[in-house]
Amino acid sequence: MPVIEVTRLHKRYGDLVAVDEVSFAVEAGEIFGVLGPNGAGKTTTVECVAGLRVPDGGGVSVLGLDPRRDAAQLRQRVGVQLQESQLPDQLRVAEALEMYASFYRDPADPAELIERLGLGAKRNTAYKKLSGGQKQRLSIALALVGNPEIAILDELTTGLDPQARRDTWSLIEQVRSSGVTIVLVTHFMEEAERLCDRIAVIDKGRVVALDTPAGLVSSVAPEQRIRFRPSAPIDDRLLTDLPEVSAVQRTGSQVVVTGTGDLLHAVTSVLARNQIVAADLRLEQSTLDDAFVELTGHRPVA
Amino acid sequence: MHAFGQILKIETRLFLRDFGSPLTTVVLPVALLVVFGLVPAARQPEVQFGDLSFIQYFAPSLLVITLAMSAVNILPTVLATYRERGVLRRLATTPASPAALLAAQLLISLATILVSAVLLIAVGRLAFDVPLPRHPLGFTLALLLGTAALLALGLLVAAVARTAKSAQAMAVPLFMAVMFFGGVYVPRFILPDFLVRIGDYTPPGVQALLDSWTGASPHLSHLGIMAVVAMAAGAGAAKLFRWE
Repeated sequence: MPVIEVTRLHKRYGDLVAVDEVSFAVEAGEIFGVLGPNGAGKTTTVECVAGLRVPDGGGVSVLGLDPRRDAAQLRQRVGVQLQESQLPDQLRVAEALEMYASFYRDPADPAELIERLGLGAKRNTAYKKLSGGQKQRLSIALALVGNPEIAILDELTTGLDPQARRDTWSLIEQVRSSGVTIVLVTHFMEEAERLCDRIAVIDKGRVVALDTPAGLVSSVAPEQRIRFRPSAPIDDRLLTDLPEVSAVQRTGSQVVVTGTGDLLHAVTSVLARNQIVAADLRLEQSTLDDAFVELTGHRPVA
Repeated sequence: MHAFGQILKIETRLFLRDFGSPLTTVVLPVALLVVFGLVPAARQPEVQFGDLSFIQYFAPSLLVITLAMSAVNILPTVLATYRERGVLRRLATTPASPAALLAAQLLISLATILVSAVLLIAVGRLAFDVPLPRHPLGFTLALLLGTAALLALGLLVAAVARTAKSAQAMAVPLFMAVMFFGGVYVPRFILPDFLVRIGDYTPPGVQALLDSWTGASPHLSHLGIMAVVAMAAGAGAAKLFRWE
């Protein structure tokens, strides 16, 4: 049973249509990605799910409840990490968590959470003195301190350095393994590919695709490409006879094989049978980046 | 209630931790009272002060410092900053309401004003023979209404300002007007008569404080204006205030 159901959601600000028509369902225990270019309507969508905005049309159901009507109940059960929300400069890590813990009926132990998020050494540090990654971890901790069933995390790693970003990712995987359903808003391909079980790609206020990361990639561009330099002359027919291969090209001493399915295995097997060594072997697969460009016509952010 | 208690505790700590806030609202007024009180001439009754000593005459203006700092400077700045940085929005996603934070800030302002008033009255009485307010009920009423009027103005600024910067831009002129007409920058006896009259009706109403402190009951018109300002600005703030 889905824990979040969004049906034909519509939201406008004056004349600007932020969310045109968005539908998706999030299953319990998954990491669900909401991916899209800036201004696609991602944040507005999750803000409607979090009950911070009133939709102009369509329906949102979270844990079987209405985010506006049952707001008080849902706030106990859904943790939200908002884009660009900060804390007072002088507020210390432990104080922030203890204060937020006091809001919930059945909170996590703040001290334990601080350790789990690697903020133990910073428990008495003022918010202002934390690094970007530490601020983000504190922000995630605040979203988790109420022991939520669902955590909505918006632009989790924007502005973090690569190491801090990777640390944050492993943290999110830990959180999921403790049974929390996670809705992750992002515009980073690598993040979506690494973390998400399923992804809704949103563009111009609509869902343009909804699938697993691998599914998104293969639906758009299933072709793979293998480049290598054979150690001995090779007959093209050896390769073109393989069912996986769709084309063979030569550029200088290099052979380029395009195809689908388990292409690499098929090609390397046939080379091995003919005692040919493939030097400088390279497999080029479509990535989520390619899929994203294909789906939205935008270049993803590096 | 548990949540509100925590918010109040943390906000109080933040107020005290921000060194400037307790310094300007509580320490500065009483320090000025001590400095002036140590000048012998300031303790002698003078005809131009209506047979009061200078420090007696000036004490209500010292209280105006606390009121102005707390209500129209610190309060709107803190609230606008919290809104700008998304602190209020974040609270709105939790079971605690951002209204609890607003209430905590108002309580801190009230407590600051109360502490400063008690300190000024006590130090004045014990160290410099400034009599206790002779019209305690009138004084309490004048202080309450003056405080309400200024807090409402502070909230109105916090409601209208979009950012901490624009809150400052609105709060500073208001703050300076309150301080000036409250006789803080220039003792009021030096001011021309019409400016003194304006000052009588400018929140927090320094004349009503002076009257009730030194003998007479405060003028109803002085108090009435404070009540009107409190209600009008309060209603405006309630209508315009946004959490985000």
